[in-house]
Amino acid sequence: MGTLTVSSRDSEPGAIPLTLEVNGAAVSLPVAPHVTLLDLLRERLQLTGTKKGCDHGQCGACTVLVDGKPINSCLKLAVTADGARVTTIEGLGADGRLDVLQRAFIEHDAFQCGYCTPGQICSATVLVAETIAKGGALSRDEVREYMSGNLCRCGAYPNITDAVMDVLRRQPGPDA
Amino acid sequence: MNRFDYERAADVAQAIGLADAATDTGGVRFLAGGTNLVDLMKEDVERPRTLIDVNRLPLRAIEALADGGLRLGALATNADTADHPVVRARYPVLSSAILSGATRQLRNAATNGGNLNQRTRCCYFYDTATPCNKRAPGTGCGARGGFTRMHAILGASEQCVATNPSDMAVALAVLDARVRVTGPRGERTIPLADYFRLPGGEPGRDNDLAPAELVTAVDLPPGDFSAHYTYLKLRDRLSYAFALVSVAVVLARDDAGRCTDVRVALGGVAHKPWRVPEAEALLRANAPDRVLFEQVAARMLAGAVGLGDNDFKIELARRAIVRALEQAASGRPQSHTDKRIA
Repeated sequence: MGTLTVSSRDSEPGAIPLTLEVNGAAVSLPVAPHVTLLDLLRERLQLTGTKKGCDHGQCGACTVLVDGKPINSCLKLAVTADGARVTTIEGLGADGRLDVLQRAFIEHDAFQCGYCTPGQICSATVLVAETIAKGGALSRDEVREYMSGNLCRCGAYPNITDAVMDVLRRQPGPDA
Repeated sequence: MNRFDYERAADVAQAIGLADAATDTGGVRFLAGGTNLVDLMKEDVERPRTLIDVNRLPLRAIEALADGGLRLGALATNADTADHPVVRARYPVLSSAILSGATRQLRNAATNGGNLNQRTRCCYFYDTATPCNKRAPGTGCGARGGFTRMHAILGASEQCVATNPSDMAVALAVLDARVRVTGPRGERTIPLADYFRLPGGEPGRDNDLAPAELVTAVDLPPGDFSAHYTYLKLRDRLSYAFALVSVAVVLARDDAGRCTDVRVALGGVAHKPWRVPEAEALLRANAPDRVLFEQVAARMLAGAVGLGDNDFKIELARRAIVRALEQAASGRPQSHTDKRIA
């Protein structure tokens, strides 16, 4: 996506300039230092795909990628992400098409309410990329351990694991 | 959370200068990964007047030391530290401990310095509606007489029964790591055994840091600790839970199989990683043996006292020490993904 809608709150006292790359688009805006990356994404950039669950780093619903690594956006003050490359669930598909993990979650019925799904998929995206880069295979237990920071209160874990395992199986190996 | 002044430091000297200048205002904190501090601010447990962002300081490297040891930068993330090839090859007890704690997302953000300085997860420390001598000195201890399943069985005081939540610190304890700090009066190195404090009459102080002192690195000693080690963590869930009891072990054996070096530390049971040199000495120069392991466990737990809910920890710790020594002596360390106890 090329552009983002930025709601202006530059009258906020103590706001300081922040520059980010969000889903490939450059964003510059003033932000108060107490604002978390999660609130910035949802309230200022209208990227509401990233969810606020517990807001304490316990549930993983707010998982986004910062410089390619999954983190809890609820525990990161936005000002500390200055200069970073941020990827949210909205940035994974391209040209209106779902990416391979999004399709696998649908094929495997890997959610019920869907609230944890954006965070699950952000974590799984890096799990798949890292596994391909290392040229290894993961067991179901290893997938579950990797994804243990993404809680699903509907209990879709078996299907989430199925979806991730399926995508891992379908990936070409490092020599392919 | 409360509103605060935000300062972004470019180097160590500037960070310390800013912290020193703000000390009098009451409430200055260094901010790194923020995974604990930001949460505590949301809970109103921490209400800093000034936050000094240290993320731009050049403390991210993990590099060899001239003596053959390894320097872990204070801003290296827990994830990068656990995955580092030298840590995995020579200090696998540290990788194992880090990977048994928190989640991928938290380890990607949390730093080594921040891990050392994280606060207890005692629920009364977190709940501002209850008394807590650590959070608000002199108000009393909500845990005593409350729910104490997670609390200390060793080294506690009348004022505080909280435990140190870090897994990483338990592994650093058996590695005899050294914490490098810099402050207004210069640089110093603190052995890990002296870094954390027991609560005593001053439970608000978790560690030996002076005002405006900043952790810059953790130094690991030279050596290869990969032959005989384990990190055995027992908890209420298989993943993403703090230890009820954890045990880190590294040991060395000579050609005859005798133990030449034995180090055991307990996590989840005290205000600091718990080591008892006299207990470790019981094994030294002896062949590993279950009877000796039982003696080590008994000696390590001498003086252990339960609070009711956590009485089970004494027996759990005794058995965990024996099992961890068996794992380390036989070269079969506990896996953090295969949850079956090895």
